This record gives sequence, structure tokens and C-alpha cells, in this order.
Amino acid sequence: MTPAAGIMQSRSGAAPAPEDAAVLSVRGLCVSVRTEAGLRPLVRDLSFSLRRGETLCIAGESGSGKSITSLAIMGLLPPPAVRVTGGSIRLHDTELTALPEARMRGIRGERVAMIFQEPMTSLNPVMTIGTQLAEAIRAHAQVGRAEARSRALAALRAVRLSQPERRMGQYPHELSGGMRQRVMIAMALALRPEVLIADEPTTALDVTVQREVLDLLRDLQRDTGMAIILITHDMGVVAEMADRVIVMRNGSMVEEAPVERLFSDPQADYTRDLLAAVPRMGQGAGRPAVADAPVARLSDVVVRFPLKGGLLGRTTHHVHAVEQVSFDIRRGETFALVGESGCGKSTIAKAMVGLVPHQGRIEVAGETLSAVDPGGMKQLRRRIQMVFQDPMAALDPRMTVGDQIAEPLVIHGIGDAAGRRARAADLMQRVGLTADQLARYPHEFSGGQRQRICIARALALQPDLIIADESVSALDVSVQARVLELLRTLQKEFGIAFLFISHDMAVVENISDRVAVMYLGQIVEMGTRAQIFGNPQHSYTRRLIQAVPVPDPGHRRPPGVRPTGDVPSPVHPAGSGPARVRLVDRGAGHMVAVED
Amino acid sequence: MAAYLIRRLLVSALILLGVSFITFVLLYVLPADPVRQIAGRSATAETVENIRRELGLDRPFLIQYGRYLAGLVQGDLGRSYLQKTEVAELIASRLPATLLLMLGAIAAELALGLTLGIVAALKRGTMLDQTLMMTSFVTVSAPQFVVGLLLLYVFAVKLGWFPIGGYGSFAHLVLPALTLGILGSGWYSRMMRSSMIEVLRADYVRTARAKGLGRARVVLGHALPNAILPIIAMIGIDIGIFMGGIVVVESVFGWPGIGQLAWQAIQRVDIPIIMGVTLVSAFAIVLGNLLADLVAPLIDPRIKLK
Repeated sequence: MTPAAGIMQSRSGAAPAPEDAAVLSVRGLCVSVRTEAGLRPLVRDLSFSLRRGETLCIAGESGSGKSITSLAIMGLLPPPAVRVTGGSIRLHDTELTALPEARMRGIRGERVAMIFQEPMTSLNPVMTIGTQLAEAIRAHAQVGRAEARSRALAALRAVRLSQPERRMGQYPHELSGGMRQRVMIAMALALRPEVLIADEPTTALDVTVQREVLDLLRDLQRDTGMAIILITHDMGVVAEMADRVIVMRNGSMVEEAPVERLFSDPQADYTRDLLAAVPRMGQGAGRPAVADAPVARLSDVVVRFPLKGGLLGRTTHHVHAVEQVSFDIRRGETFALVGESGCGKSTIAKAMVGLVPHQGRIEVAGETLSAVDPGGMKQLRRRIQMVFQDPMAALDPRMTVGDQIAEPLVIHGIGDAAGRRARAADLMQRVGLTADQLARYPHEFSGGQRQRICIARALALQPDLIIADESVSALDVSVQARVLELLRTLQKEFGIAFLFISHDMAVVENISDRVAVMYLGQIVEMGTRAQIFGNPQHSYTRRLIQAVPVPDPGHRRPPGVRPTGDVPSPVHPAGSGPARVRLVDRGAGHMVAVED
Repeated sequence: MAAYLIRRLLVSALILLGVSFITFVLLYVLPADPVRQIAGRSATAETVENIRRELGLDRPFLIQYGRYLAGLVQGDLGRSYLQKTEVAELIASRLPATLLLMLGAIAAELALGLTLGIVAALKRGTMLDQTLMMTSFVTVSAPQFVVGLLLLYVFAVKLGWFPIGGYGSFAHLVLPALTLGILGSGWYSRMMRSSMIEVLRADYVRTARAKGLGRARVVLGHALPNAILPIIAMIGIDIGIFMGGIVVVESVFGWPGIGQLAWQAIQRVDIPIIMGVTLVSAFAIVLGNLLADLVAPLIDPRIKLK
């Protein structure tokens, strides 16, 4: 039976279990945080029940209370400020909210297990994988060391981790993000819990790895009959995984429905808005290619980082981050670089603004980057501005946003104080904020507003090119949709070109004119949006596109697509390097790497 | 690993060379004249000049330093001007006492500092936490001779639990080691507290709790090894701070270590002894840091020595 058939079966739900067969039932749950202004509710009057073998998705944007709900079930709310202030959580006949810590400990991990969003930080860095797994088993089962280890090994095999014996002795930092998340799942499922709570389990992973982890969860559920609460902001993941869905907003349930009905006939306005904001592939409107002179041109750009070793600290290996990459970005167009983590897309951005040394040729506005003097470099910097992923980290917390937007003008000595203030006020309005907010500090704004401030700052110097490095990845979908719309408007108005760097295929498909797909530091396919998404030629491009979860419960993935997880290493001994990919024109500028 | 050790030892040798040069320059430009000290007040100008010639102190600076270095590479630290004994012998006879005091002090400050730091982190924001942190502030600020005299007065003079001074048994060690350790424990408890608070917020601590582990196992098994990492580097640096304190504490408690030796030598401008003690202290600091760097990867597998 293919996994796809597996879901269809569980969806049509063999026998709808009676209400009393609920494994977990939550009734009128209220969670509040104690603040100086009194108790502030985080979750309000939430009720749902979970049956054996069922997957319940809790969907919502940041601040909706979905993670707090899961921590409340686990009894892991951060004390003493946050606590359950009403309602009940029952696991079969056990009331969890009233359970003393010692008894709750026996339930955690044994009957209700949890996996978290950040596989990179969720495992203890100074303990081996084997020790951490065995410890979880021995916390609940009265078994000896050897027995615990053999059970741990079995759990690693069950999550289809390669070389499980070797992994037992390894430390978390020696494993990739996908492998670590498998270890987390193995640890959670080693004791065959009745309920698994997965809080954004694939959000931090690349899409092909996400695909594997979702498949794995579904297969394990089919084998064990456990119930899953899957918490996610991604409606694509909801559509693929859920039997039932709860949509939450500001701590309250907005809607509860079986997955098909939620997508086909959403009842609440908020659900409709949420679904409308989800970027879907096949909706982008590419524009005819502009024949203008390029604002930036890269020819055979190479970025390598040396790894030193030995007595004299000689370079023994190189990280081949970017290898022989060539493309140009034309005036007023959006050029997207897509690829998974470590493929070199952000390194290209850094090379273009001179933050990492490069070989090859990078031209900006007709000038070669490596040939200009420091004064010329300062002038060139005016032409390219960057907008980063995390707006909170990209803004100075102790400086008013007005000063931050005007700062590029100060650095380049443009205008007087009054003129700069007026310009900052104008920019604030352009990005949809108001001039009277100029005197405020970054923490007074929401995530989406902060990203708008970063965009305003990037616009201050009227650049030809804005590099947007994962600029919308950290935003909620509804906010993301509005920021993307803003970028489009600004582009039309000012004729700015965008280099749009993203891992999110749906977003790229929506905003870009031309796309380059990167893999291991090289471009494997490049063409117009229609060429890449309508007629992908390279196997890696196809794999990327097919791995994206589709926000449509009726969608069937083509069977047999099982991408093979971990990307090979870009580290090579000094003197050798990766084989160079050869691009061939498959017609109308659609460049595709030759595969053997 | 071997390459790393060799490189570190070469760097250490360079550091000691630098220390020897700077100390030698400082002692050379010092207005106090060692020869006057040796000859005494009533000596004639001729006697003074004879002694000066005998010790080679009439030669140009570079020659004096060159001679000293030549001796140093053969392990010869020179002779004391006043005691006429080999400096190496003097130091060797007193070093065990100082090492013992230092070990005792490190044990005291770690035991006190880490425990109090962990307790404060676990009881964060409570009265206990605030009291502990206030206390640590006081111990960090209090001068060592005051702490030393206070401990002497209370525990040796009034209560009579420990001897007033001297050397020889564990009881002799307690008060001087505590005096040194109390100061350090203030630093360590503050560092340990903030390190522990940060680690307790980490995702892997939440994971450990989600597994159903008990509180002791979560704190001692998961949080502590991670929280202690920044402390280890601190212990290496600490030996340098100890060296300053040891001069004071050894004087207060009459502890026959190199601190006292240095103190007497400084008063008499006995340059070879000052040089020797300085170099031995510098060597201890360098060695302490090297040891700290070697221990760190044993706890944190992410650290690779290159």
C-alpha cells in the first residue's frame, strides 16, 4: 500500500469511533499568563477531543495559542507565570491538570510524547544520541542498560535513519537537521505513546526533508495507531496530514471541521482569509522578459572557504560554497534563487555586497566589484541594499525607526537633517506605516511592520537592486501575502530589481520573473517562471516542486517520489573540487544542467 | 592533537619569553638599587662598585638580559643576591605549599560558587536568590586581607577551631584556602547562575522534561554539563588572579609559599628571586589555560582542537 492510499483510508475513517473512545479530551481549557497588568489569557475556552489513530491539526498564526495548548497538555507550561486557569484535560480517565508533578512525569514521554520545531537545538549537544534515547526509555521502563540500548537501536531503525548503529555513538552536531528530527521522533515514539504532539515538526526543515518526515509520521501512525496532534502554520501540511482541523486565533478556536470541509467550505471569515493568503503554486503571473541592460551581472563567480589543519595551520580542505555561478539581473525584474539550506544562495548575496571574498566577476551597474577602490565601493553600496530574514535582529533595538531609516542617508551624506526626516516620513508611508510612528522603537511594532521598516530603510538610497534574503520566511502567511504585495507595488513604482532568495517554492513562484535553482553551490536549472514551474527539466527541480505540500486535501501526490534526504557535502580536499555542472539551452533561454 | 599540543607549547614558550623580557626591563628601570641593599648603608663607594661588577650589574642592559636568558634555557634561574642560594632551589622548596594552597582554594571556590550559582538559578527571582547574589557581591568586593583577618579572628582566635597560622596539616589549610576561595566563589556563583539560567531555557532541557525525566536528572544530567562549559575557561584565567591573592594570603597566615618569598624579595630588591617567581607564576597561568582548553573538548564534543 502506498502512503497516499494509507491516508485516504484513514481519512475515510474505517469506523467513526464513538465520542467516549476519545484518547484525549480537552474541555473549556483556559491558560493565562500573569503580567504586571494582571492575568492575560493566552488560550480561551478551548474544547476538542482526539481519537485513536486520528490526526488533529491545530492551525493558526503566531500568537494564536497553539503551542501553549500543547505545552498545557504536557504540563510543561513555563512556571510560574503561565498556568492553566480553567477547564480540564483528560487522558482517558486521568485528569491531567490536577495531577501532581511526580505522576505527570510518568505520563510525559510514556503516554503523551512531544516533538518540537527546532531539531537543531532540541537535542542535548554534549550527550550521544544513544544515551539520550536510552535515557528516555529507562525513565519509564524497568530495563537494564543493554536492553535500553537495544530498544533505542530499534527505535532508530523504525524512523529509517541510515546507519543506526553508528548514530548511537554520535553527537547531535554530527547529524543534519532532518536526521536530528528523526532522532527526536524515535525518542518520542520509543515507548509507543498513545498521543504524539508534534509542534511545527517540519517548519525548520528543507522541503524535501519535510516530505520525508511527514511520510514517516504517517507510516508510524498507521503501524501503531497513535493519535497525533499536529501543530502547524502551514496549510499545505494541514491538507496533507489532517483528519480534522482546528483553526485558532488569539487564543480561541475559530473553526473546527474535517479537513475536506475546511478547505472546500470554510465557515469563519478568518479561515477564509487564511486560506486565501496561502501562496499556491500555479498562481504567479510572470511578466514578459525585460530587454534592459542588467543591473547586476555575475560571471563564473566562485566562493570557497578554507578549512585549516595540521601543525602549520595550512589549508587542507575547502568548502565549495559557490562554484562557477553566472546570471544577470535586469532592471525592474525579480530574479529568484531557490534551493535548500547550504546550497550557496545566501553566500551569493553576501559576495554581491562584498561581505565575502569571491573569484570571478561580479558587475554592479557596469562596474566590476573586485576592481573598485574603497570610495567606489561605497558608491556601489548605494546601488544594492539588503533585506534580511529576521527583522527584529536586523533593527537596532535602541534606536528609533526614524533614525534607522534615515541612517543610510547620513552615511552617504545625503540631504540635511530636515530633508532626511521628511524622506523617512515619506518612506514610512510608502511601506504602509505612518509618519507619526517614526519616533518609536522596533519592539513597538509587529513582525510584519518591522519587515516593512527594513524595506523602507533599504529604499532610502533609491537602489537599483534590493537583495531580499528569505525576507518573508519568518512571517505569518497573511502578513507574508501583504509584504509580497508591497514589494510588487514598490517595484512597479520605482523600477527596482529584486534578487529574491528563498527556500519556499510557492512564494518564489508567486513573485519571480526568472528563477535559478541551486544545488550544492551550482545552478542546475535557470529560466523564466513559466519554464521552471511549468516545465521543470532537471530532476532536482522536479523533486523540489513535488515535495511542496499542496494546500488541497484532494490533491494526490504522484506515487514513487521518495526524495533521498541528505545532500552530499560541499567540502573537498584542497586541490580537488566538485564536478562542474554544464548548462545547456533547452530553448528560449531555459538553461538546464546535463545529467548523467 | 599532537600538532595542537606542540603548537600550543611553542606559543607558551614565546609568552614566557615576553614575560621575562618585560619583567627584566621593569626591574632594570626601577629606581631602587639592589647593590645598595646588599652592601648595606655603611659600605664605601668602592665596595659598592665591586659588588656591582661581581654581579654583572655594571654591564649594558642587553648583555645582562642575554646572560639571564642563557642561564634560563639551561634551567638556571640564578642566585639570590642576599641569601646566596640557587633561586630554583628556593622556589622548589616553597612551591609545594603554594600549589597545595591553590588546589585547596580552587576546590573551595568551585564547591561554594557552583553550588550557590545552581541554587540561585533554580530559585531565580526569590528571596533566596537575591540574598545569595547580594552575598556574592560582598565577597567579590571585600579585600582579601580583611576576609583573611576576619576568618582568623572568628574561627581561630574566638572559636579556636583552626590554628592561627602555619603549615603542615589539613586544619592549617582550611582558613587560607577559604580566604582565597571566598573571593573566587562570588565570581563563580554569579557566572554559574547566569549560565544555568540560560541553559535551563534551552530547547534540549524542555526535551529532557518532555521525556519524563525527574528534576534532578534534568538539572544535573542535562543542564549542568552545558552550563559549566564557560566556567572551565574561567578556571584557567583564574590562576592568574590567584597569584596576586596568594602574596597577601600567605603573609596573613604565615604560609611558607612562593608568595611570601616574592614579598620578601621585592622588599629587598632581590632581582633573581623576583624574576624566578614571576616566571613560575606565568608558567602556571599558561599551563592552567592550556589544561582548561584540553579539558573543554572532553565535556563538549563540538569543540575540536586544531
